Amino acid sequence: MLKRTLMGSVAVFAFGAAAAHAQTIGFSQIGSESGWRAAETTVTMQEAEARGIDLRFSDAQQRQENQIAALRSFIAQGVDAILLAPVVATGWDSVLEEAAEAEIPVVLLDRMVDSDPDLYLTAVGSDLVHEGRVAGEWLVGAVDGAECRVVELQGTTGSSPAIDRKNGFEQGIAGADNIEIVRSQTGDFTRTRGKEVMESFLQAENGGADICALYAHNDDMAVGAIQAIKEAGLNPGTDILVVSIDAVPDIFLALAAGEANATVELTPNMAGPAFDALEAYFADGTVPEKFIQTESRLYTQDDDPAGEYEARKDLGY
Amino acid sequence: MKSVLRRIAPQLLTLAAVIVLVSIYFPNFWQIVYVNDRLVGIPIDVIKRGAPVALLAIGMTLVIATRGIDLSVGAVMAICGASAAWSIDQGFGLWAALGIAIFAGLVCGLWNGLLVAVFNIQPIVATLILMVAGRGIAQLITGGTILTFDNDAFSYLGSGTLLGVPVPAVIWVLTGIGVGLLVRRTALGLLVESIGVNLRASTLTGINSRVLLIAVYMGSGFCAALAGIIATADIRGADANNAGLWLELDAILAVVIGGNSLLGGRFSILASVLGAMIIQTINTGILLAGFPSEFNLVIKAVLVIIILVLQSPRVLPQLAYLWPGRRNTTTPAKTAAPNSGTETKT
Repeated sequence: MLKRTLMGSVAVFAFGAAAAHAQTIGFSQIGSESGWRAAETTVTMQEAEARGIDLRFSDAQQRQENQIAALRSFIAQGVDAILLAPVVATGWDSVLEEAAEAEIPVVLLDRMVDSDPDLYLTAVGSDLVHEGRVAGEWLVGAVDGAECRVVELQGTTGSSPAIDRKNGFEQGIAGADNIEIVRSQTGDFTRTRGKEVMESFLQAENGGADICALYAHNDDMAVGAIQAIKEAGLNPGTDILVVSIDAVPDIFLALAAGEANATVELTPNMAGPAFDALEAYFADGTVPEKFIQTESRLYTQDDDPAGEYEARKDLGY
Repeated sequence: MKSVLRRIAPQLLTLAAVIVLVSIYFPNFWQIVYVNDRLVGIPIDVIKRGAPVALLAIGMTLVIATRGIDLSVGAVMAICGASAAWSIDQGFGLWAALGIAIFAGLVCGLWNGLLVAVFNIQPIVATLILMVAGRGIAQLITGGTILTFDNDAFSYLGSGTLLGVPVPAVIWVLTGIGVGLLVRRTALGLLVESIGVNLRASTLTGINSRVLLIAVYMGSGFCAALAGIIATADIRGADANNAGLWLELDAILAVVIGGNSLLGGRFSILASVLGAMIIQTINTGILLAGFPSEFNLVIKAVLVIIILVLQSPRVLPQLAYLWPGRRNTTTPAKTAAPNSGTETKT
């Protein structure tokens, strides 16, 4: 392997592993277009620090050419492994081949590429359909057989999270005949639109009296909708159940206040499983599965929402 | 009074037609109830949700009357909302937050006005600069996150009620009346129109067109600041990415549906805010009708096309001709229209 740094030897010592370790890892991040992305960067750096990994970070500012340049520079520096959160799916073949020739394993984070799977070691990501299914299954359990008319706030029309989270939720409630989606509209993943559309749902459904639950494709829309429910004189969380996806800090405030009921986490910790896979690969050559699915954990009011808020608020969301 | 009614007749008829259309899908349109110290009903939702576009349309009408256009208002909304949220977050209090937000709007207007009036850059390009850069500035202020705050006095501006009427509606109606009186009870409106018709001739007759142009863009910035404050107060947070997104286009559409010419000249603020209400009634109607969301934009586009075609200089006089009482009044307008290319009625 490559020349060890002092830091690297400490890490090896700390993990007590005799075999070669990944000490220097390059991370090409897309940018910081959303709070979640910023949190992913923060968490990746924290995970690297906890494992004693020397992380070389490169922010591509949403441009593929910057990412390709960053990858080439990582290869030239002779890093032990590369993490790549690809901004687009296509156009990665040649640079991935260069990495393969240099025998540097590449792990994809969060998004996939359209290249030959042999060119990267593995991909870590979440399953959007599964997230929706977890939300739907939670609602089935929460209403426990009672009649339930659900309104749905969709993400941006045509976007893959909106399509997949809708399908997943429908799979989750399939078989529960007591649950019915009565209205479904796009809230564009934003608070403003979430609030505006929820107002019209309340208007159209007898002042909200006919609505039993709200399913929002992300937490921001749920936060906006919760305000609309409150202004209509109803109690979100009790009169209307609220379930959403993402687990951003603000939804934990709502959970702590009893105004939201459940959220499904889209974890920003994609790097943890990636580092684990790399560690095993370097230790004894274990080749991981081609897709590592992150856990879509469900948080409810019983899961210490106030504590979760404190833990997340400084991650950069 | 009668001439004003005649000027806004097409907009009133269109609004009535759109309301009838929505009522078909939702018969309880006019049902308004009083709960929790607030009026609740679809018309109330329309005048509340229409507040940002109505406010932007007020400023935009004046800018368009000078033969200009202000593409930056959506981004200015985001900047002002972010400034307000930042000041609240810093603990400066309500009045400081309002002052800072409005100051930010005026500075943005001043920037646009200087580019247009002093450097003679075409308005569409001059304001495009801030449209693109503005969201970046807003993100710098919020630090790239949705900046949330907890201040009941400030959120009152977005979600509170005054005698049961939503505060955003009160704000835009008062602003509309205020600006309307300012331009129509003084010569200001006439001067703005004269700049729009012929800038050079207006300057030669002694109008300080440079100062007036800058003032008009600052007025637009002021209206955008109010809209930004409402949008921020409404969700108790400044969302730099999405606040006011694409609203500049809705504002321009409101002005056009209001029968104002993009070539400048005669304008009517009343007709523009009616245009804003028409757009909002369509938006709310689409949400109430319960169509799949893929249809939203298509339905809106079809309705807008129908409205604009019916109001076009070709079709409107023909429709008026079918209306016996108005036959005489519209004939001069028909002959005058090709010469000026602007609205000649009123």
